[in-house]
Amino acid sequence: MIIENFTPIASTIGGLIIGLSATLMLLFNGKIAGISGISKGLLAHTGHERHWRALFVLGLIVGGGLIIFFTPENTAKVTHAPILQMALGGLIVGFGTAMGNGCTSGHGVCGLGRRSARSLSSVVTFMAAGFVTMFIMTHLLHIARF
Amino acid sequence: MKEKMTAFVLGTLFSVGLGVSGMMDPIKVQGFLDAAGRWDPSLAFVMGGALFVTFVTYPFIVKRNGPIFGQQFGLPTKQDIDKPLMIGALLFGIGWAISGLCPGPALANTLSFNIGVLAYIATMFIGFWIHKKVTA
Repeated sequence: MIIENFTPIASTIGGLIIGLSATLMLLFNGKIAGISGISKGLLAHTGHERHWRALFVLGLIVGGGLIIFFTPENTAKVTHAPILQMALGGLIVGFGTAMGNGCTSGHGVCGLGRRSARSLSSVVTFMAAGFVTMFIMTHLLHIARF
Repeated sequence: MKEKMTAFVLGTLFSVGLGVSGMMDPIKVQGFLDAAGRWDPSLAFVMGGALFVTFVTYPFIVKRNGPIFGQQFGLPTKQDIDKPLMIGALLFGIGWAISGLCPGPALANTLSFNIGVLAYIATMFIGFWIHKKVTA
């Protein structure tokens, strides 16, 4: 096995910050910090429900902007990623997370924290699907990784 | 008003966490999912760190009568492990590997104006919309 690009300390610190945000979101607003659910809700809700979601997403964009400005090496360096591949990924993720009620944050960070059996089933499934898809792409179809 | 300000601040904090963790970079996500190749285990540490916090704090928070702002907790009520949950997760995993992005890191990357990321965000919302239409 070849290990590369491994950043255990930065990744653990980043994870703790993500967990802190999810904890404070539940404590202060009583909401699950699930990004797909919050984003999807922008299309479904009006009034206050839409406004807090919009502000959370705006916060995500601004926080990401700070990272892009101060530590650009931590952001999407991928400029050679085929647009069609990214668009296809986005479409499947959008439909799949809407259908399955959550993604890495809602089912992973928050759902497992709540000890939800649904979330555990989801996380095991999307992780397995991710590993298998990646294996097929890189080792069978020889599509280059980013 | 307080809830909205909190949502903004915590959205920002969430993204900063994503950035520090390295997960805004699709190379690191694909590197994690390629366990049979050149493997980057970092994502497991991100999930471990985040989960450590929520796993410890959530049980204490939900014992409260309600959140600090607002009346009650808005927690999911579904319990059954049904087909939409599993098929949705399966699709999500496939799209995640193809793009190296899940929804949070994609939105956090908006201001990079990376054309691939912007295409992902646009089609992700189209995916939400299609799901809404077919289930309506």
